[in-house]
Amino acid sequence: MTTEELKALKSNLTVDARGTACPGPLLAAKKAIGEIESGEIMEILSADEGTKNDIPRWCEKVGHEYLGFYDEDSFSRLFLIKD
Amino acid sequence: MENSGIVTMDVLRNELEQLRKKTTRLEKSRKDQLSIAIVSGDMDKILAAMIISLAAAAMDSKVKLFFSFWALSALRDPKKKAKGKDFISKMFGIMLPKGRNRLKLSNMNMCGMGPVMIKRLMKKQNVLSLDEMFQQAAELGIEITVCEMSMNLMGFKKEEMIDYPYLRYAGATTFVADAGESSMQWFI
Repeated sequence: MTTEELKALKSNLTVDARGTACPGPLLAAKKAIGEIESGEIMEILSADEGTKNDIPRWCEKVGHEYLGFYDEDSFSRLFLIKD
Repeated sequence: MENSGIVTMDVLRNELEQLRKKTTRLEKSRKDQLSIAIVSGDMDKILAAMIISLAAAAMDSKVKLFFSFWALSALRDPKKKAKGKDFISKMFGIMLPKGRNRLKLSNMNMCGMGPVMIKRLMKKQNVLSLDEMFQQAAELGIEITVCEMSMNLMGFKKEEMIDYPYLRYAGATTFVADAGESSMQWFI
């Protein structure tokens, strides 16, 4: 997805994991995913560079659809659809 | 219309057959499980083991940790005391780190300065502390097995081990059995 498409998305849940380093964002995402239904969109905020590689791999493994990310000033927004 | 319906059925049947083959193959392969034998009691190595374990558990892999020898220091509860130890066991107990927050670094320990600095850095950079990591591990159902033989050898007792919901006591056979069914087996 392009940045514009991502920006236009309406997330069902936003997880703010900016205050934690690896593997914090993944743990936060894993915990929060139970709060939404299949087909809903989750947005993860992370200031940890590695998260941009980690979250897609997690999605690939457990079956969620990874949509992409875009950078803000000091963090990134990552998007996925729950399996 | 009828024709296309039949085609779809055939496609579905074919797909089902493929899936059946795949699941059979998967069932025969090894489990999505990580087994680590943790022998080192160095703070950096315990940290590495815990971080990787948490990542694996968050990725839905079953995680089984086997603590033995020096690593057992990390499982001691500093608030607990064990009675009835002989002289050598008492000495070991005094000389070995009492709990995960007293571990030494394998490099740059500098008489305890190193761990203090690392802990400060970890806090500054929002890395989970070992306390928080054990708490998360419990929430994610990570299993910890204490090697009973080496626990006795080091002079530790069950009464001084941490309270952890998935803690059990077993021997090398258990680790070998766990590792044998795991797709990832490591030694730290």
